[in-house]
Amino acid sequence: MPHIPVEEHLPGITGLLEYRKDTAAPIRALTQFLLRGSSSLSAGERELIASLVSSRNQCVFCTQAHTTAADILLGEAESCRQVIENYPQAPVREKLKALLHIAALVQVSGKKVDSAAIAQARQAGASDQEIHDTVLLAGLFCLYNKYVDGLATGLPSHPEYFKQLGERITTIGYVRLPGGYDHLKKKSGSESSKDL
Amino acid sequence: MPHIPLPEGIPGIRSLALQYPESGKYLYELVQILLRHESPLSEAERELIAAYVSYLNECEFCCKSHAAASRYLFADASGTVDLALHDYRSAPISDKLKSLLSIAGKVQADARTVTEEDVALARSFGAVDRDIHDTVLIAATFCMFNRYVDGLATLTPEDSQVYAEMGERMATKGYVVPEQK
Repeated sequence: MPHIPVEEHLPGITGLLEYRKDTAAPIRALTQFLLRGSSSLSAGERELIASLVSSRNQCVFCTQAHTTAADILLGEAESCRQVIENYPQAPVREKLKALLHIAALVQVSGKKVDSAAIAQARQAGASDQEIHDTVLLAGLFCLYNKYVDGLATGLPSHPEYFKQLGERITTIGYVRLPGGYDHLKKKSGSESSKDL
Repeated sequence: MPHIPLPEGIPGIRSLALQYPESGKYLYELVQILLRHESPLSEAERELIAAYVSYLNECEFCCKSHAAASRYLFADASGTVDLALHDYRSAPISDKLKSLLSIAGKVQADARTVTEEDVALARSFGAVDRDIHDTVLIAATFCMFNRYVDGLATLTPEDSQVYAEMGERMATKGYVVPEQK
């Protein structure tokens, strides 16, 4: 059970972002900018970085959510599965591998990022902007993972939830829905009663 | 030397916000709301949580700057900050704040280890939902800032006077995005 009262129909991060909307606004805006804004890394590649960091932090909700998003954006599930399992051998371009390595170091500690990791990324063609974005993105997912797990938020009771969430964040993105999330309450309510 | 080109002579997060202003804007907005807007925790207490998490992450720039802001805000009781960073359990702070620092420390190490007992203990000392929420979010936020600042090897000043001035500015003016001069 979550450590603070959040709306039952909003598992994981969404309940927290609705619990305190003033802090949620810049977190959402930063996420939208980093994951969906213009970048030389595709949105799918950026979701792979988010998935790797979340999986290293063993945050089940975030790993599942961003894996689903990566799979939708890449049109296949193999890349993300292999990135999480063993990114040096994953079927992604060399530059992304080097950036995934930097992200994996950031997940442990910012101090772990050494000049060798940076040189490797540059050699694979990474720009200053890509290195910057990777470090901030990895840092941001440490925030998310720790927020979600530190308050013991719940997992969705219905596996369909991640599919819907994945569709939402790959089409609408990370901005708050203008009308909020009450429609999910009705939906999950009817689904669970149907299941019963 | 920073891993990427950043404005010379500008330390820590400020150099990153100057070079990358759009993400900088959202980051400063977040920390201003989180550490300065209304909360059951005082600004001094929130700065102490930020400094403590930064201390655990060994992020010298964030730790020294937020410790300086906390000292300024604790005013006559500024000595509290260093005692708490050294060993919060024996520091002259409330039991509530001690229990929240313990939660913040767990979030820094592995957030999954925050237990119901940890939260119940904080509540027994008067912590309300927002104390718990804000403590976890501050700790998580500084796990991001510390990684951002150190992951790109930004400039860390050595002069303690620099931090004292920084702390006063953070305490009196809040978090204002730096602008190119």
